[in-house]
Amino acid sequence: MFRFVARRLIWAVPTLMIVTFLVYVAIRIGTNPVASYLRSNQRASQANIDEYIESNGLYEGFGGYIKGYFKWLGGFVTGDWPNSIKGNREVWPNLKDALGNSVRLAGIGAALGIIVGCTFGVFAALRPGSLRDGTVNTTALVMLSIPPFVSAVILQMVFAVYTRRWWPDATWLHFPTSGVYPPGNRGFNLSAMIEHLTLPVIVVAIQSVAVYTRYMRASLLDVLNSDYLRTARSKGINERRVLVRHAMRNAMLPIVTLAAIDFGLLFGGLIITENIFEYPGMGRFFLNAYGNGDFPELMPWMVIVVLAVIMFNLLADMSYAFLDPRIRL
Amino acid sequence: MTDVLNSTVAAPAGPEIGLVPDADAEGLTSKSLSPRQMAMRRFLSHKPAVIATVALVLMVAFVLLAPLTARYGVNESIFRTEGGVSNRYLTPRADAWFGTDEIGRDLYSRLIYGTRLSLAIGLAAAVIGVLIGTAVGAYAGIKGGLFDDILMRVTDIFLAFPFLVALLVTRNMLGEIPWLEPIVGNRTSIRFIIFLLALFGWMGVARVVRGQVLALKEREFVEASRALGATNRRIVVRHLLPNSIGPILVALTFSVVAAVIAESTLSFFGFGPQPGSNATSLGLLVGSSKQNVLTGNWWMVVFPCAVLLLVALTVNMVGDGLRDATDPKLQRGGS
Repeated sequence: MFRFVARRLIWAVPTLMIVTFLVYVAIRIGTNPVASYLRSNQRASQANIDEYIESNGLYEGFGGYIKGYFKWLGGFVTGDWPNSIKGNREVWPNLKDALGNSVRLAGIGAALGIIVGCTFGVFAALRPGSLRDGTVNTTALVMLSIPPFVSAVILQMVFAVYTRRWWPDATWLHFPTSGVYPPGNRGFNLSAMIEHLTLPVIVVAIQSVAVYTRYMRASLLDVLNSDYLRTARSKGINERRVLVRHAMRNAMLPIVTLAAIDFGLLFGGLIITENIFEYPGMGRFFLNAYGNGDFPELMPWMVIVVLAVIMFNLLADMSYAFLDPRIRL
Repeated sequence: MTDVLNSTVAAPAGPEIGLVPDADAEGLTSKSLSPRQMAMRRFLSHKPAVIATVALVLMVAFVLLAPLTARYGVNESIFRTEGGVSNRYLTPRADAWFGTDEIGRDLYSRLIYGTRLSLAIGLAAAVIGVLIGTAVGAYAGIKGGLFDDILMRVTDIFLAFPFLVALLVTRNMLGEIPWLEPIVGNRTSIRFIIFLLALFGWMGVARVVRGQVLALKEREFVEASRALGATNRRIVVRHLLPNSIGPILVALTFSVVAAVIAESTLSFFGFGPQPGSNATSLGLLVGSSKQNVLTGNWWMVVFPCAVLLLVALTVNMVGDGLRDATDPKLQRGGS
């Protein structure tokens, strides 16, 4: 186990470097940092431009990309990050806030999805082919087919606009459409935060609940049809124990893996949801930086996202080996 | 208990299947059914899928006959309104069934043209993606080795990013490479979006086909055909691909949904095909709902969203039914 983890960790370094290099080239070509710099600093002199190119390693040509990549990597590793092009701000403080906000939103959404989804999945799988199985399954498919921006826009319209019109007195039905806090709020305010999180979390949960319901149902059905379950029953173990000790334990295995991978992807934020609700998370950070062609903001974002995915994939493999004694690493 | 339910649901190879005494009335025909016929039966017994298929066919017919079914042109404003009211932001009424937008265009007609374009984009991107994916997956599966490893790593890398991020970054990059312009066109054109979606559409299919090829290539019928001197190419084209047509079809339907939704998402954020290139897509119409949420023009929000949802749902249901029908291991209604 230890050797497996060590080997994977060592392999993660070259993987990360290759991926970040590809991303570096893609973003360098795609955003053209020098042009973005000129857009934000329209009166920059040739000397300023040259200095900017030199200090950020924005050399041209393929060799220039490699040289520039290592220059960027050196700065990134030693904590010497270039400032953002737009506004010339430090990148890390904003990125840190965005990361916290995103993990909060997506984490709640994923947790809801796992809890509610797995419950429904088990509920459906216990009576396969019944009316309730069909209902749960069809509902999950419908929920899965709703694009997140559709549910977000509809929820905003109903709970932020029309509830205020139809029932101006029922303030508990009025939800804000954007941000983490109301404008002008200072410091931590739990009730305001929950109020602002409600609609985005519902949007996220619609998708995640559907996904986990379907996975849980399929996984449990698979186990329920297996031979060892028949053996367990024929030994005379009561049904409850068969389900909890024999069926559920095995059915949860793929779910744990799926959840670990999901938590890895969660660091990238939810681009669609966060942008519709103007929620200052990673997804919104990305789309803003993308819109401004802000190379110094995009690169650290990419590194964090890729790192999280690689690490949580490793965690998924480890959890699988940990939970399933048949797998030896 | 699995054996009991296999008698009617699953499709084990063998001629005795049609003769199982307790099979349902249709299964009592004395002749054996081909796997394809059995899949067809399973699909037809799956009610939501059949309903969805009918709905989808009707919808496609409806948008294909757009000049007849639409009441106005795609960019045509309604000039004569009852009572001479302004044609901006009309609520649904006899003149304009689904209301009008900010410059007085009929939303109903625009939705028909938009759905037509979105379905065309989705279908084109999905077909190209599935063709590439099938070719790459089959090649990787039958050859193995270095190509296979590289393919799997590349898909891993793309899966490490949120889908939209990969799409947006690649979009920017392709748009900045000058010699690609004649091939893929301007980045606001329809051709560009199809190319972009196809570029990301093949990887899932390649994995599925590779898995199928790996699973099938050790089977006896492939060995037999190899013993008869068949080349790899013949084995893939004549034996392996026809046997994996089910999963490929399923992947195709889900790719169509994915492409339609991806196109809508891009348009929603203003990165899709632009109206200037005659590209009124469903995504553009859903995207315009953003401005109309807070002003309370509910028809501009509800109808485009409903149509997009309807498209996604019907195609998903057809895909779901196809998967259940073609994969004998996935039984509905088990023990």
